[in-house]
This record gives sequence, C-alpha cells and structure tokens, in this order.
Amino acid sequence: MCLAIPGQIVGISAEQPLLARVDVGGVQRNVNIGLLEEGAATGDWILIHVGFALSKIDEAQAADQLRMLRAMGEDKLAIEEVRGYSFADANGELNEIRR
Amino acid sequence: MKYVDEFRDPEVISGVAREIARTVDPARHYRIMEVCGGHTHSIYRHGLRDVLPENIELVHGPGCPVCVLPTGRVDDGLTIAAFDDTILTCFGDMMRVPGTKGTPLELKARGADIRMVYSPLDALRIAEQNPTKRVCFFAIGFETTAPSTALTILRAQALGITNFSVFCNHVTIVPAMRAILDSPDMRIDGFVGPGHVSSITGCRPYEFVARDYGRPVVVSGFEPLDIMEGILMILHQLHAGEAKVENQYGRIVPWDGNPPALRAMETVFELRPYFEWRGLGFISQSALSIKPAFAAYDAEAIFEIPGVRVTDPRGAQCGEVLKGVLKPPQCKLFGTECNPEHPIGALMVSSEGACAAYYRYALHAEAVEA
Repeated sequence: MCLAIPGQIVGISAEQPLLARVDVGGVQRNVNIGLLEEGAATGDWILIHVGFALSKIDEAQAADQLRMLRAMGEDKLAIEEVRGYSFADANGELNEIRR
Repeated sequence: MKYVDEFRDPEVISGVAREIARTVDPARHYRIMEVCGGHTHSIYRHGLRDVLPENIELVHGPGCPVCVLPTGRVDDGLTIAAFDDTILTCFGDMMRVPGTKGTPLELKARGADIRMVYSPLDALRIAEQNPTKRVCFFAIGFETTAPSTALTILRAQALGITNFSVFCNHVTIVPAMRAILDSPDMRIDGFVGPGHVSSITGCRPYEFVARDYGRPVVVSGFEPLDIMEGILMILHQLHAGEAKVENQYGRIVPWDGNPPALRAMETVFELRPYFEWRGLGFISQSALSIKPAFAAYDAEAIFEIPGVRVTDPRGAQCGEVLKGVLKPPQCKLFGTECNPEHPIGALMVSSEGACAAYYRYALHAEAVEA
C-alpha cells in the first residue's frame, strides 16, 4: 500500500480547487491535490496515494512509475484502486471542470 | 540468475551488481535492512538476492503497515463494527488481516457492515450518504498515508459532517528504526531508507541514525536499479568509514519533505506516549493519535474500545520475522498452516509483508531451481 500511482491532471474543479480530475491509464477519477505545495494545473503529472496527490512528477517519471508498477505486478491493482475512488464522482460535486 | 522483462535495463543492473561485487570485502558480512515493505516486495519480485554477493544479507524491516499492527488493535477496531448503526471502513489490505475472531472479511460475511475503501475520502463519502449511521475509518499506515487521513478529518470538519470518525493506527518510522538500533540482537550495518514515506518526512529525520549510531542511511526508490544503487552507496560509506544520510530517490524525495503534508499531520495528530508494534513490543512516541481538538472525529473517544492485548497466534513467529531474527521459511507455520490463501499472521497478508513476498517469489524460484 506504499506504492504510488502515476496520473495526469485533465481538469481542476471550479468549485473545489483542491479537487482535480485525473487520468490514470484511461480511467478518470477525482483526486485531492491539497498536499501539493505549489498547487497543480491541467496537464501536470502527479503521484497518487489513497486518493491524494503526493507529489508532482514529469512525464518520464510517470512512465517510469507505471513501468515499475507493471514490474511489481501491481498495475491492475493500481487501476482498480483509482476506479474505486468514489468521492466527488462525476455525477456529484465535480460537474464543472475547468479545462 | 534471472531477470524479469520489465527491468529498466538488465545491462545497467548487471553493471551495478558487478560494481557491488567488486566493492564488497569478502572477509566481511554485511547486514543491510530495507526498512520499507515496498522494497521487500521489489527485492523478492525481482530476485535481487540472487544478484547480490552472498555476504550481503538483506534484513526485512518493519515498514509494512498491516504487518506491524498487533492483533489487539485489529480486535479493537473490529469491536467498532459490532455497535448498532455503524459502518466500519478500511483499506483492502486490512480486510484479510486476522483478528482473534476472524478477519474483517469474515466478520462482514457474518453480517457486520464492513466496507473496503480505497481512500479515507471514500469513507467520508459513505458518512455523507448514510447520515443515520456512524461511519468509522480504520486508519493504518506510515507517514505516506497519515496526511491523507489528516486532510480527510479537516474536510469532515469543514463540511460539518458529524457521523464520521477515525480509528487511528498511524505509526511513524523513525522510532521503529531507533528500537531496532537499540535492540541487542539486531546488528544492522546500514539502512535502505523508505521511498514514499520520505517524500513526506524528507531525509532529516534519519540524521540521528548516522550521527548517534554511526550507520549509513540511503533513501532509495523502488525499482531494482534504485535498490541496488542504494546498497552500493551504503557499501561506499561503510568502506570510507562514513555514516551519513544520502538520497538516491531525489526525483521524488525532497530533502525537507512535503510541507503541506507535515502541516496537516501537525494540525490533527499528536504523538502517543507509546504504542504496541507487532514483534517490536511497545515503542514510545511511535504512533499518532487524534488531538483533543478533533475528539469529535476520534473513534477512541466516541466508542468504548476494550484496548485488548493479544499474543500472536500459537506457533506463529511473526515477531521474530519482523525483527529480522528469523527468515520467513524458518517460521514453523510458514507455507503449511500459514499461506497467502489462509494467512495466520499479517506478514502473509500484504504483498509488502516479508512472508507473502517470500512465498510468492522466492519459494517458487527455489522450487524451479531445485
């Protein structure tokens, strides 16, 4: 459970600036970006842990991280986890996304 | 010797392995502890023991949250599910950890409302959707996870949600390392420091290991190459007679950590005077509790929790394995009564547990080689 999942921000909530829409391997869910000191913007790559962005990374690091998850046999688990994030789902609080 | 296909570059790994082989003093035995369970998983998964010289012994550290949680705390948490109109939520890893009366999964099958969540925010969401129920999140994890719980409590407060609480079992890695260094039967020459925990804490908290105990710490990433480089950096320090904290994982770990995460933890949590760790016993100031200002969200303030102490299941030697005194297959129950399908001890549950990792990878490899 210590492993972090790479994803790319595709939108930030207009009403809740600490919520970002993130794409992880084609699955899009919301994550909390309240732990990022300098905030985040659409297009940024992040490492996600239990629904929170832990740190910003670059695209190459995201690819590294994804390959590592695959090597650890945990890539499917990671997608399953992201798919499981149910807070502020698309029908809920995050209907307006600033792109 | 075999490599999995996904290695970044087997040539590079071989290069580091050769460099390590050239660097070791054949007359010396090295005991290097990888603190984090994620490292343990990676080491077994990639067969790194096979590419290291025999006189480098890797000792598996306590950095696996479900593994160090004593059975008594599991039982305590499960009593919450027995209260009326209560929903207990926990991470998937927790669902299969045995308490005295069964795992959360088994209790769920017997009718308890226990739900798996992937994020503490999901638990908060369940509280919002079930205003007539009391929803408790069974929080476990090191500093990687604790800030997420802290922010969730702050969010519950901001939203005015009053039926949400946290059974807090967050632990901190540094006191556990100190306990290991103070233990007479554990001689460790150097530490591969945890990766993602350090992305929160930074590297400074490990400085006492170098300063007071004269042991190197190299914070490392999780790829095979990262771990091998971390080990090589430890060897270089040992041979130079140095002891310092180095950061192999600088691409993710800032030297000073993650300030917003540290602030969130500081706001919501305080250190417990002591906390029980499986295998390591009671360690002072090694775990977090919820500050009185947030008592409305503290399951230990809301529910009557027995606070039981329970010994490990008969015959299981989880404690000795956790301390690195025994290797997983040396436990009497390993692979027979205790296996990933029917785990008796927590180290067989999580993929970061030494026993599960050994069972899945090393045992299989040995069977293939034999």
